[in-house]
Amino acid sequence: MEYQPPQFFKRGPAPLARLTFFGLLSVLLMVLDARFQYAEPLRHALTLAIYPLQQVATAPVIAFNKVSDFFSSQARLQRENAELRAQQLLTAQSLQVLESLEQENERLRRLLDARSTIPSQTVFAEIVYAGRDPFSRKVIIDRGSQHGIELGQPVVDDQGVLGQVTRVLPLLAEVTLVTDKNLSVPVQVLRNGLRGIAYGSGDGHTMELRYMPANADVQVGDQLVTSGLDGVYPRGVPVATVTHVERDATMSFAKIRLRPAAGTNQHRQVLVVQHREDIPRLAETEAQPEDDRARGAKRARSRGRGR
Amino acid sequence: MKRQQQPQRILRPANPFFIAFSLLGALAFNLLPWPDLRLVPDLLALTLTFWCIHQPRKVGVGIAWVLGLAMDAANGALIGQHALAYACLAFGAHVIHRRVLLFGVWPQAVHVFVLLLLSQLIMLAVRLIAGGTFPGWLTLVGIGISALLWPFITDLLLAPQRAPDDIDETRPI
Repeated sequence: MEYQPPQFFKRGPAPLARLTFFGLLSVLLMVLDARFQYAEPLRHALTLAIYPLQQVATAPVIAFNKVSDFFSSQARLQRENAELRAQQLLTAQSLQVLESLEQENERLRRLLDARSTIPSQTVFAEIVYAGRDPFSRKVIIDRGSQHGIELGQPVVDDQGVLGQVTRVLPLLAEVTLVTDKNLSVPVQVLRNGLRGIAYGSGDGHTMELRYMPANADVQVGDQLVTSGLDGVYPRGVPVATVTHVERDATMSFAKIRLRPAAGTNQHRQVLVVQHREDIPRLAETEAQPEDDRARGAKRARSRGRGR
Repeated sequence: MKRQQQPQRILRPANPFFIAFSLLGALAFNLLPWPDLRLVPDLLALTLTFWCIHQPRKVGVGIAWVLGLAMDAANGALIGQHALAYACLAFGAHVIHRRVLLFGVWPQAVHVFVLLLLSQLIMLAVRLIAGGTFPGWLTLVGIGISALLWPFITDLLLAPQRAPDDIDETRPI
């Protein structure tokens, strides 16, 4: 036993004892959070507690953006206006084609007695800040369960799929980006309708198309869109472009790298799509064979659509 | 090694409100919307280290742990990840707080770099166990920038404790 002189000043427990206590407490919390998801109430309480601080912190940035918008030069506005006009001309033409196609599609669907696709509602949101955690790709948006955001809703920007809502708080929501290692998106090659699943690679700016056979018909420059088979993402939203295909005879799968279509690192305004498609669950499908047939028909439709 | 030649100045007692204000300010800085987070210094960790070294009886492991929890909640990280790292950081700062103040500010910055590196390694280990990916060596740059900021943080946070240089001519000593 080590001799300890009497203490002159009251200091409470020794730092090592405190470290042990708080270390064990944090390990306990981490296990509860990672394995059992029991720490969510604590997370909600903490997020609400620091919400005012967050608002204070982001207020100068928002104010700066607003002021710089106000003082943007006339030349820049004119240039932007001209660009938008040109873009509008281009899109107006394709919109006309799209409208006629949509009508035709609707007619054909009615002929097939299929349910028509429901136009999805969208909620406009702004990215408050990106998560500081370097291990995952997440952003926090300024709409939460108070604004009708629900868990699992897809988030898009003007160019494509940005990610998915993975945590909903009362006033904020957390969006996991498509480049996150743990997010996967069911996709389809626009050129030939080939289906696959795109995974984030975790390095922040690329994705991978995994489990495609080595002889799969995927080429550099192919556009990938959502297949809509999961019922989470609406069908036909751009996801990524193929940038690199590597076929190795010793591997059973091709190595395909993708560049996300959405600006995963630059945008501030996003849309949360409140898209709900009733996909029969697996157990129900086994019980009701007609549901299975309907799903098979839908799969055939979506396969045929790309051709 | 050359010891610090400047005379030690007698400091006023630290104001607890100023300590709280600086810690909350650093937390707010960390909550700003940054484009690339790995290059941005973790100002909260730095401020926490500063107070743990300069005021070990006021700021310690417990406060560090609570602030770590706030960081976890704000970033959507694993709850307890920053808390564990900050608690270990505060403990490390407490262990060296008597010795490190004998050095000048730049050797102090080297000590602080090692402390921040250790806390970052703890966080890395936790995340790799929980199934994350390696974030890349750029995080080391962020820690290096934090350590380079140490002298400025020292000047800034010690400023309220420094007595004004009013020389009293009538005072006998």
